[in-house]
Amino acid sequence: MSARADILSNIRRSLGVTGEEAPRLTNVEQRISTAPRGLSVARSQLPRQGQIDLFKQQAESALASLTELDSYEAVPAAVADYLRSNNLPAALRIGHDPRLDGLDWSATAIDLLHGPSDGQDMAGLNHAFAGVAETGTLVMTASAENPTTINFLPDYALVVLHEKDITGDYESMWANLRQTYGKGTMPRVVNWVTGPSRSGDIEQVILLGAHGPRRLHILMIKD
Amino acid sequence: MTAHPTTSRFKDNAHEALGDDQLQKAMLNVRAGFIDKRAAVAAKLPEFEALRDSARDIKNHTLAHLDLYLERYEQKVIEAGGHVHWARTAEEARQIIIDLCQKSDAKIVTKGKSMISEEIALNAALSKAGITPVETDLGEYIIQLRDEAPSHIIAPAVHLNASQVESDFRRVHTHLDADRDLQEPVQLLTEARQVLRDRFLSADIGITGANFLVAETGSSIIVTNEGNGDLTQTLPKTHIVIASIEKLVPTLEDVSQILRVLARSATGQEMSVYTTFSTGPRRATDVDGPENYHVVLLDNGRSSMLGTDFQDMLRCIRCGACMNHCPVYHAVGGHAYGWVYPGPMGAVLTPTLLGVDKAGHLPNASTFCGRCESVCPVRIPLPKMMRHWREAEFSRHLTPATQRFGLAFWAFFAKRPALYKTLTPWLMSLMHLLGRDKGYLRALPLASGWTDSRDFPTPQGGTFQSQYRKQKSNGRAA
Repeated sequence: MSARADILSNIRRSLGVTGEEAPRLTNVEQRISTAPRGLSVARSQLPRQGQIDLFKQQAESALASLTELDSYEAVPAAVADYLRSNNLPAALRIGHDPRLDGLDWSATAIDLLHGPSDGQDMAGLNHAFAGVAETGTLVMTASAENPTTINFLPDYALVVLHEKDITGDYESMWANLRQTYGKGTMPRVVNWVTGPSRSGDIEQVILLGAHGPRRLHILMIKD
Repeated sequence: MTAHPTTSRFKDNAHEALGDDQLQKAMLNVRAGFIDKRAAVAAKLPEFEALRDSARDIKNHTLAHLDLYLERYEQKVIEAGGHVHWARTAEEARQIIIDLCQKSDAKIVTKGKSMISEEIALNAALSKAGITPVETDLGEYIIQLRDEAPSHIIAPAVHLNASQVESDFRRVHTHLDADRDLQEPVQLLTEARQVLRDRFLSADIGITGANFLVAETGSSIIVTNEGNGDLTQTLPKTHIVIASIEKLVPTLEDVSQILRVLARSATGQEMSVYTTFSTGPRRATDVDGPENYHVVLLDNGRSSMLGTDFQDMLRCIRCGACMNHCPVYHAVGGHAYGWVYPGPMGAVLTPTLLGVDKAGHLPNASTFCGRCESVCPVRIPLPKMMRHWREAEFSRHLTPATQRFGLAFWAFFAKRPALYKTLTPWLMSLMHLLGRDKGYLRALPLASGWTDSRDFPTPQGGTFQSQYRKQKSNGRAA
């Protein structure tokens, strides 16, 4: 018997089932098709402005920094400011997101590098799919527009997030993701990012910048 | 190392650990680092206790339908362009992974932190096959340099102090300036970051574990703070996930519920820095990510735990809260347990995986204080299960003769109440006299195993029975 058949039949023998029982099949089918939300967390069930404020507060307590911008057009100047204030070279790794590409970067001296990161970039910028207020978590989806390597390889990770894409809880974010990608279909990678990389592996002292970005900066666009 | 468990020598291991000053110093960090943080973050979430119930129920539901969820999960992985391999045993899992490495002519394999990889002793097998495994989690990297096993399931190097890490880095990183300053932990971190960055970029295959597998979408999930798991799985051509069968959860909503208790219980964070949901290999529209995506599903005795007294153990989400709160773990550290899984969860799991004859000591290393169960995010009745093991050990006559004699000796008196009543006050007065006004004894005949590392408190007041009688006559006993 194959390992697969062996393992499945051993599970069924232990559980005392055949795998053909209609109620069990229905349970599984229903669980997956209805995907019940489970228990709600009160802190995420706030009015709109409360969710936005909570996102900011939680992201900052996870040691991300955050700047609010009045419009998407303000992104290049805000990035230039951030690079300057951190004494970084005027170079930025981005993917092929038309929203970022369509901006006028010419007023800044920033050298734009397109495509996935090769590990040589000091700063990178991606556009977030969503933010979750509950824990100040960014939700990034993999694509040519926003390559996964840009989330992890540069020392300074910058992320653009629309206020309107902030949800109170993870479940509301999943509902939006299903609308975009279809039920049961996922982008290749969904990254939840809550603050910059860190490690407590040496004497349980938390140090930032373990393997991923040393700093995480969020540019939040008011809508 | 993991390939050669020293679990059967738990008593000797524990003795050595108690006399190891470096270890005892490092273990103080566990108490300070984990317990207070968990308590603070749990207090900030009013629904925390209810979420623990929810997490328990989700895992119970999944285990009751595990065959069906596994089939659904496999189907979804294949639809996303991935491959699923089934392994009955550690040996089968190792062989599958080595075959995959050899097929793609891999020389260097980077690894995210995986306890299943430790369980199957993967690194030794890879090395033997001429493939270099590189651990990339900082703690795992440090213990790999030392040729040690992890001493904690989420903080593998918790038994070490910074000065020990410094001397390991000086010993191994010989290409760097010998006079460099490594006094501060942050300098150690920076050095590891630089050394490992090259490894990430040059690896042929990346191997990660999985905290969860989602049946609804065919996704594998890793939860990290460093980002090493993500670099491990994103940069090489092939990503191999090694996971045991009980990691399944039905839906994205279900895993979101459990994630709310995982980081809070583990590190006292509201959420870990990186939670990554991976579904299949690189798509036509992607510009990065692995071209091949494989999942190795390991059973290794778990399917036989279903339907037994130990089924509840399969709910475990490997947060480490039970060991963080265990007085025995604090005293002896993780290595004394002699294999992969230490602390209370290890005391229950190890005998099921290695056999009660080899690991029967572990469930005895418990004070039955119950703190492990009181903090377990999926409410596993750990003390009850350790008792099951003790009974199994006793009934199979694996308990040492001295212990059996001691129990029989006590039972002789316990079954003769009159004799018991006559003798106990006399014995108590004697011990009280020996302890004088200190209230404890430094040494006791036939009990040096206890008194070498602890004082023995002498009885205070009357016997239980005499106190009970006294309180009853005062109207205080119910």
